[in-house]
Amino acid sequence: MAIKLPVYFDNHATTPVDPRVVDAMLPYFTEKFGNAASRNHEFGWKAEEAVENARGQIAKLINATPKEIVFTSGATESTNLAIKGVAEMYREKGNHIITQVTEHKATLDTCKRLEKYGYEVTYLPVEKDGRINLDELRRAITPKTILISIMYANNEIGVVQPIAEIGKIAKEEGVFFHVDAVQAVGKIPVDVQKDGIDLMSISGHKIYGPKGVGALYVRRKNPRVQLAAIIDGGGHERGMRSGTLNVPGIVGLGKACEICQYEMAEEAAKLGALRDRLKDSIMSRLDETYINGSMTSRLPHNINISFAYVEGESLLMGINDVAVSSGSACTSATLEPSYVLKALGVGEDLAHTSIRFGIGRFNTQEEVDYVADRVVDTVTRLRELSPLYEMAKEGVDISKMKWLAASDSH
Amino acid sequence: MAYSDKVVEHYNNPRNVGSLDKKDPNVGTGLVGAPECGDVMKLQMKVNPQTRIIEEAKFKTFGCGSAIASSSLATEWVKGKTVEEALAIKNTDIVRELSLPPVKIHCSVLAEDAIKAALGDWKQKQGEAEAKPAESATSAH
Repeated sequence: MAIKLPVYFDNHATTPVDPRVVDAMLPYFTEKFGNAASRNHEFGWKAEEAVENARGQIAKLINATPKEIVFTSGATESTNLAIKGVAEMYREKGNHIITQVTEHKATLDTCKRLEKYGYEVTYLPVEKDGRINLDELRRAITPKTILISIMYANNEIGVVQPIAEIGKIAKEEGVFFHVDAVQAVGKIPVDVQKDGIDLMSISGHKIYGPKGVGALYVRRKNPRVQLAAIIDGGGHERGMRSGTLNVPGIVGLGKACEICQYEMAEEAAKLGALRDRLKDSIMSRLDETYINGSMTSRLPHNINISFAYVEGESLLMGINDVAVSSGSACTSATLEPSYVLKALGVGEDLAHTSIRFGIGRFNTQEEVDYVADRVVDTVTRLRELSPLYEMAKEGVDISKMKWLAASDSH
Repeated sequence: MAYSDKVVEHYNNPRNVGSLDKKDPNVGTGLVGAPECGDVMKLQMKVNPQTRIIEEAKFKTFGCGSAIASSSLATEWVKGKTVEEALAIKNTDIVRELSLPPVKIHCSVLAEDAIKAALGDWKQKQGEAEAKPAESATSAH
């Protein structure tokens, strides 16, 4: 079977919208265009009905109740609302928040802003496998702690945190638990009851839904979580998030969740097999390749590999008909490689050589084989060009050499 | 990020890839950059001590496409030039030839540093007293 180029293997960045989702959304742009807040005519009722249906579809996927779902513009907003909303509402109770170093910037930068307003934030380190240490989490909790915010699965390395254990600790200590579950919802089982989650950020476009829509799960009992709104206005979403609801987007998010609900188990098995095929095909043919992050506690569709002695951006350039991303920071002005890999203790030299592969619903085995061949060919070619590979083969210990950086590159 | 056609061309068809015998007294070797910074260039030149003409140049580079292109171009340019002419090559010449964007200027700096380091090494081997050691070339700016 011929494959269509370029091949898309960057499904942690975003996913194509499932055609079934598009079909569900289309009527809400045209004939069912009403404002869900219009209470006195048919157009409004239809829109409201669609929104409530979507709320139910999302709630079902994560074992919540529909009233616990708040619609937002995306997971960045959800995370901002969760962290800032709790911080403001419970300021009297305490000013301490715990998070960890490999979180998404939506969490880290929100916490940094709160630090400017007098909040204290603990950034837990991670172990070599990318997971936090639960004892360290326990030790970090103080009487002033109001919130723990830990991601379900990491967007670069796919490592899954011990969420249920963290949820248990949070409950024991009487601290709210927010989870950025953008990469996990719809991919692996996420259950807010079993996992002890109080707030959870969800994104539409990571689960084959549209961009510009997301949701925040906000627990209503045991314990009830209250939030201070960050967007004021018409009092939509029970006052937690004002603004006219994005009805087509919400319908799409709901449909995307429904599809995940029914197909997740089968899809995870299929993608896991494809991911393993990709990993084995590449790693059996190339020496000095290293997997970043735990292999046992990981999303089934993710693999992140460092190709020693081959700079990531040049590798991307060589496989330019394959869409993946690199932990190399060569493209960024700061010249800093991935902070996630750094936090794992991956040396900066290896961080520069890392590639993230994110396989998705619409990828095929033919594509996996094509990508593996392209990667192996390109790495082989670039290693012939690499002075570091040559030195390593001569037995020079590169880590012990004294390097002279370019005169004004820093 | 989009690359210029010339960068892509050098990346796809790098000139003068390889190594020369670094023990040869007529071969100067420059190794600049650092793996942690994401780029390392090794540039080697074989110089005729009578004519001071660079007869051969080889490179190997660990780095992005622009770093590979900069070093490939450097080998092309130094070949056939005298030591003094090669030392006059400026990183800005490389920037202009390859249309490097500002974020990639350090690649051209590294290439200039590599030329200076390699020729510094050659001069040292030749016992040219006024020559600076190869290492100091990287702090020349």
